[in-house]
Order: sequence, then C-alpha cells, then structure tokens
Amino acid sequence: MPTEAPAPNPDPTLNAPITPELVDKHGLTPDEYERIKKILGREPNLTELGIFSVMWSEHCSYKNSKKLLKQFPTQKFDEDSRNKVLVKAGEENAGVVDIGDGWAICFKIESHNHPSAVEPFEGAATGVGGILRDIFTMGARPALFTNSLRFGELTSADSRRIMRGVVHGISHYGNCVGIPNIGGDTYFDTCYEGNPLVNALCLGVLKHDQIKRGAASGVGNPVYYVGAATGRDGLGGASFASKELSEESAADRPAVQKGDPFMGKLLMEACLEMMGVDGLVVGIQDMGAAGLTCSTCETAARGDVGVEIELDLVPQRETGMNSYEIMLSESQERMLVIAKKGREEELEKIFEKWDLHAAKVGLVTEGKDMVVKQHGQVVVRIPAMDLTEEAPLNDPIATRPAYLDEIQAWDIETLPDLTDDGIYDALPQLLADPSIANKRWIHRQYDQMVMTNTVKHAGESDAAVVRLRCGGPDQDKYIAITNDCNSRYCWGDPYEGGKIAVAEAIRNLACTGARPLAMTNNLNFGNPNKPESFYMLKECVRGLAETCEFFDVPVVGGNVSLYNEKQDTKIDPTPVVSVVGIIDSRQYITSSTIKKGNEALILLGDVPKELGCSAFLRVVHQLKTGLPPRMDLENQAALMDFLQVQIQKGRIHAAHDIAEGGLLVGLCEMLFAGEETFGADINFEDLPIDRWDSLFFGESQGRILLAVDASRADHVVHDAERYDIHADIIGEANDEGILHVDAPNLEHPIEWDTSSLREIWENAIPSAMKI
Amino acid sequence: MKIAVIQFPGSNCDRDAYHAFFGVFNQPTRLFWHKRPSLAGAECVVLPGGFSYGDYLRCGAIARFSPIMNSIIEFANNGGPVLGICNGFQILCEAGLLPGALVRNEGMEFVCESAKLNVEDSMDYFNQGSLGETIDIPIAHGEGNYRIDDDGLADLEANNQVLFRYANNPNGSISNIAGIRNKEGNVFGMMPHPERAVEEIHPSRDGIGVIKAFLKSQMARQQKA
Repeated sequence: MPTEAPAPNPDPTLNAPITPELVDKHGLTPDEYERIKKILGREPNLTELGIFSVMWSEHCSYKNSKKLLKQFPTQKFDEDSRNKVLVKAGEENAGVVDIGDGWAICFKIESHNHPSAVEPFEGAATGVGGILRDIFTMGARPALFTNSLRFGELTSADSRRIMRGVVHGISHYGNCVGIPNIGGDTYFDTCYEGNPLVNALCLGVLKHDQIKRGAASGVGNPVYYVGAATGRDGLGGASFASKELSEESAADRPAVQKGDPFMGKLLMEACLEMMGVDGLVVGIQDMGAAGLTCSTCETAARGDVGVEIELDLVPQRETGMNSYEIMLSESQERMLVIAKKGREEELEKIFEKWDLHAAKVGLVTEGKDMVVKQHGQVVVRIPAMDLTEEAPLNDPIATRPAYLDEIQAWDIETLPDLTDDGIYDALPQLLADPSIANKRWIHRQYDQMVMTNTVKHAGESDAAVVRLRCGGPDQDKYIAITNDCNSRYCWGDPYEGGKIAVAEAIRNLACTGARPLAMTNNLNFGNPNKPESFYMLKECVRGLAETCEFFDVPVVGGNVSLYNEKQDTKIDPTPVVSVVGIIDSRQYITSSTIKKGNEALILLGDVPKELGCSAFLRVVHQLKTGLPPRMDLENQAALMDFLQVQIQKGRIHAAHDIAEGGLLVGLCEMLFAGEETFGADINFEDLPIDRWDSLFFGESQGRILLAVDASRADHVVHDAERYDIHADIIGEANDEGILHVDAPNLEHPIEWDTSSLREIWENAIPSAMKI
Repeated sequence: MKIAVIQFPGSNCDRDAYHAFFGVFNQPTRLFWHKRPSLAGAECVVLPGGFSYGDYLRCGAIARFSPIMNSIIEFANNGGPVLGICNGFQILCEAGLLPGALVRNEGMEFVCESAKLNVEDSMDYFNQGSLGETIDIPIAHGEGNYRIDDDGLADLEANNQVLFRYANNPNGSISNIAGIRNKEGNVFGMMPHPERAVEEIHPSRDGIGVIKAFLKSQMARQQKA
C-alpha cells in the first residue's frame, strides 16, 4: 500500500520534480531510486530523497561492506566465558562487554577522515565529539580516548599543516571534556598525503543495569530534542564521507561540522544525570551522521513504532531553514531522547540546570512511519524500518590487483646484506623515521591524566592501562587498550596483513599483562566500486575475522570509511584494530621499559629471514616491496599462554613486542626508560644467522623481548621450551648507556651511545614540525 | 575540615579533587553546584581544574560571575581557606582574590606532563623542610603562563608569596612561577594538579604533601584565630 503523500512543502524549491540528475546528485543509483519508489508506492519529494540519500550512504548503511562484516564473530565462542558480550555490534551505538561484578565497558572507534582532510582542526575535533556521544548514549561514563592517525610524510608542508590541525583539534575537544587521551598509533606515508586518517576511539564504563537503548517505545511517549540548536553546518556530511575526495572537496567545506566541546561536556553531564534517574528515559540516541534523520528513523525502527516530529519545535540557530536543511544538518552536540510520558518536568529540570535546550518535538505514534511536519503540515512520511533496513546491499566485484604477484615474488637475495658500517648507520636512520620516532610532540598536547586513573599511557607499555573505579577501593579493575595496523603489510598481502593487525594488538595486550576481551575496528579503504580496492577490503576482513575467531575475540562494533581516494592516489588498506583487554590483578601490569641495568634480555620467537614490507626496506633502501611476514596463530597462542604464566609468576620486569624496525629498534625502545637511558650488551653467539639485515631489522611476527632478573633467566628459557617456544638469552642491560652488539662473523663489535640514539628518536618529529 | 569542591559548568577535575580530599584524605567533602547561593557551612573551598564556560572570553572570566562566587569572595575575605587548581587558579585571579593573570602558554600549545617544581620557603608547611626541595606534580594546561606587573612581582617576592617555581619552565611564566598564595596566607592558586599525584598508580605521590600542607596550615591558622 502506498504511503500517503505528504502535503506540498512550505518551501516551494522543495517541490521541484525529481529528475534523474537530482537522483544522481544525491549519490543514488537509478536502481536505488526504483527501490525507494517501491517502498513509498509513489515518488518521493525532495526532502524524502535527501533522507534516503543519507541513510543509504555507505556511512550509514554499510551497503558495500555489510556482507563482509558478517564474518566477524559478534560474541564469545566460549559460552562459559567470564566476559560475555552484552550488546552486540550493530544493535546499538556501541557494543558493551561484561567485565565482572555487574560492571561493563562500552567502546567504539569511528573515523572522521574526509572532514579532517578538508578542515583538519574542526574535522578532528568533531570526530572526538561524535565518538564521545556514541559512548555516553549507551549510559556509560566515558573513561578514555585513543586515536589512530595516518598522515603524509612530514617533509610535505601540507602534511605538517594537517597534522598540526588534527592534533590541535583532538586536544581541543578531548582536553575540554576532561577525558584522558592515553594512546593510539600514528604513521606517516605518502599514500596518506591529502587523505589523512583520523580514527577516534572512546571507551566508557557502566553497570549492567545502566545500559540504555536507542529504541523508541510506548505510544504517546514524548520525543525530546536536547543540546545545541540546529544550523546549516554539516549538511549531508554522511554523503560527503561516502565519495572520493577531489579538488572540489574544499567546496564541500559546509559539509564539515563545527564542534563545541564545552557544549559537548554539558550535554554529556546532563544526559548522564538524566539517565541516572530511574525510568525517566525510554530511549536515547545521538544525532551524529545524518542528524535528526538518522536518530528519528533508527529509534522508531528499533522499537518497531512510528515517530512524529514537528520541525517548528526544533531549536534553530539560523532563520528560514527548510525541512531538507533541518533534517540533513549535522550540527554537533545534539541528542534525541524518548522520555516516559508524564515525567516531562523532571527531564526539563535537569536540562535547565545545565542551561541546555530540551525541546519536546514530537511523539511516539502507532504505526511504523517516520512522520515529519513543518508548520503543522506533513512534509515527510517514510516507513522507518524500510529506511533503515531496506538499504540495498551490494556485492561489489573483487579483483586481485596484479602488483601483488609482482611484489610478493621479490627476492631478498637481490639486496646486498649490510656491512658493519651499514648496521651502525641503519639503526639511527630507523629511529629518526617519524613512524618509529617518539610521539611525545603529539601526546604532550593531550591531557593523559585527568580522571586520575591513568596507570600507563602511550609509550610506557605496549598497551595503555587505566584503572576503572568499580565501587569501593578494593574493587578497582584494570583495562588495557591498544590500536594497531601496519597498513604496508595489508598493501603487500591483505589477508596476512589483516591477521597481523589483530594478532599484534593481542600480543601488545599480552605484553602488558592483559587478556583480550573484545575488539572494535575502523576499516579505512579505497572506493569499493573499484574491483581492486574492494579485493583489498574483502581479503583484509577475512584475515581480521579469522584471527578474531581463532583467539575468541568478538568484534563489538566499528566503522567503515571507504572512498579514501584522491585523484590518482589511494591509501594503503588500513584496517585499524583496537582490542581491549582486562588485567586480572594490578600486580600483573607490565611495562615495556626496563627498570634497572643488569636485567637479562630474552628474545622469544624465531630468528627472522624476511624483510618484505619492512620499515627497514622503506627507510634504508627506499623500497616498498616484498612478501610481508607470515603470521602463525598457533605459535602466538602458545607465546601468549607462556607470557601470561611468566607474568603471573612475577618473573617479567618488562615485555615488549617487536614491531616496525625489528629487534634493535625494539631493544632501544626498552632502554629509553622514562628519565633513564640504559645500555645493553648483546651477543648473538647461539643464533643461526643468515643475514645481518633481517636479523637486526626484520619484522618477523610473534617475537617478544623480555627483561627478567638475571638469576631467573635460565628458568624462563627452560619454561619456554615446554611451550615449544624458541627463547634465547641475548644479553644484559647495563647502566653505562652503551649498546654493544657482538656476533660471530662480525668484523668487530658495534657500539652505539644510547643517549645519542634517544636524542635522535625524540627530536625527529619536533624538528620536522619546526620547519 | 568540611571541604566544598565547586562545580562550574565545564569543570572537569571536580571528581578528581573530590576523590583526593575524600577518598585519599578522608575529609568530609561535598560537590557544590555553582548556582548555589551559599557555602552551607563549608570550612574549606576548592576550585578544581577544567574549562569553566569552555574558557570562552578568557579562562575563568565568566565563572567569576557565577552566583556562588560572591559567597566565596566573602568567605576568603574573612580568612576562609581557598585552593584553586589550574582553572581554579585562573578563576581566583579573575576574581581578584589572587594577583596577576594566566595567559596562553608561550609555545601556544597545550602541555600535559609531570613537572618538576622547586619548593619555596613561603610559610608554615609550605617550605622545603616540609615538602622537600623539589617535587613532581603533573601539569595539563594551555593557558598557564603567569603574568604580573613589576610592582606586583616585587610584592609577591617581598612577602614570600611564591609557593612553587618550575624547574623547567613549560609555559613562559614570569620568574618560573607555578603557584602562589595571597599575602594573608589563606588563598592558594597553582597550575600543577596535586590531586593527580596522590596514589600509587600516579606518576608521583608528591601531591599528598601539597594537600597535607594546605590542610595543616589552614587548621593551624584557624586554631590561632
């Protein structure tokens, strides 16, 4: 049955007939338009067309990725698990995971790539604001932020401008709302020039009985609009994010929202106070992408009811806005709340306390339509469920790019091995590479300590650690979190690269003393309509999903950012992975830096014979080629079990995953310990050595460096054998500040002054930014 | 002592201060919304850090006109102990309870790190004998650059009103000033956050000494009076 046609719009420009050009301009295909007509049983008007276009954009509907995402496990396989998923991916704004004793965490990562490319400061700031609202909407008090950032090389003035703006934007919003930003990762590569990635994560904490839903229910319950007034900013932002960037993207600047962190903070406090009142809130949803449109139709669809709103009641900060503009605006710091009928006054009083708008704009109705009125006349009538659930699902074509065979066939023997001098020079070169160098320039601008729960922040351990106060003083819990993705591996082998991203995150947690709980991911890829780009997405997701399944780490939510292309360049596939873990006792928290000289250093894992897609090839040989390292999941499972037991036995003083740059870079990162800079005496006597370059700088996976009490080193090695893990005592730390490396066949031992190395590592980014 | 931690719109270290005074020091502590007309018998006032009113106009410039500020000014003028941390320090300067002003950091960027402070011999309990020569206390601010005119600075020095100086000045503050008190010794302001250095998980526990010195000095003053 056709839905009743709305009245003519009070704004005559919105009564224009829908032409194929208009449909195309809204990013909808002719097929999609036919589908819309079928759903409505008639032609849509222009406002309705706009609504369909944002809801059916990739950003809101996942139309090109949804089928792939179904591969992700959404709950724990082990039914007896202590840490069940309470709210699954896709059900609500963010997933929720049990952490025991009636408490839970809620977390999600989301991208703001396109806005940050056009307007770095506002783009990044609103990215933080948006993810913050996703978390407190669930009833959780936010406890931390992390970010994954990707920029072009810092030798480019434009990349420096973008990085400065993005970091300022993140610090501007995050510091003001008073939530610590404790980590994440940052990489630089020419593939991100003009197309930076800004992925922001927020994690909150709540009790099981505080979980709130974004569903409308109870016919007659009032619908409230709370927070900032609506303006014309961010018009159609979700559609903007769902196409490629171009020279004209700057003209899309109105599609970038402006954030107000002060308003964000007030809105958070007011909403948490409101949700703390028993039975007052029926449903709540943030107005993020697609603003009022998305929040209205999604709450109606989830509750399988209708919702009717009157636009004249929506607080507006500009005059003369028509229904199209109000419905598609992405003005920030706004929420939609469905309250319990009869308790309006209680709600309004809370918002009055915080000096915020709380406007009753509509009602939950019978039926299933989302109805929008302006000046009392119906201007939109769409079946809500069809709008959210009937978005077309595409099966894009995937074609394996030809370059993969070519680069994977690269032979390490075509490269001359390093001489002694070459080894001596390569280490400082790698430490000076911005992707490896110290990131203090960034982190110092973030408040990492507010809330006074930060135990380890970026750089002190392989994963950041926060305390969660769960009731009394003896009920503290410790959560670890890490963001990882080596996009170069994904470029060289998307399936293996996807596996590595998850495995590395889990390894980082293990090094910190945590066991993994659940994952969120942000899939940053190119245009899915290009078969070679879609192949990369498909293969990466397969690798991610298999690894999650293997380690029983469910995916509780995330975000997809496609169309990261600009003219001829596209980004390397970047599936950013963030895994959250729990540390069962404070005693188990393990740092990545050594505590004192004379600790024994143990290398876990095999000696590498590979260099494909390594930082070494990129930095020292300016090569981007080769088969990326292989990921042996069984081996890593054993490694993690072993590490957990050793940490619980109190044997491990420091543990550090070997990643970009390989063994010597990883070792330096352990020696650069807070205010102290240690040295080490390393001897590779017992190791079978093929090549110096792969030994010192190869990036074989599943390798960890441990610092243990010298008197216990043999016990640790002995225990490792029982897990079938290769373990070698490679030397000892020292207080002299000299890194001394010897091996049979080296002409003479190589020595570095670690203070000088540290200076190089610490100054690389600050001096690049001073240009 | 009955402690009132004031909550302005945009305060974000209010819970941290509450946790330090109540959770760590076991003082009866309450959060006071800025619209309250009175201090309801509080014996000590803490203005916490944050971004009151989003730092719009100037840091602390709008909070200074919050309804509760009248009571706080009266309370301070009658000798009541007041501690302003970070944004709280900025508000005390705007309210005229402490001299000088805090402006944008010299480097123009927000700075968060643990800062080494040199302790000055200022008054009872706030001296090197009680606190040690140097302490480590976290800072986190974009506008912590302390400014005062020459006469004002001479006054501060003459009356030993400087509590702490940065060992490595992170923001351009004049004479490396990190914290001061009023001449009478009952109003204190500091940019570093002592409430972030009171537990084992924190970068240091030197904040315990600072808060203890504040509480003890004020109890001693009140006993004398």
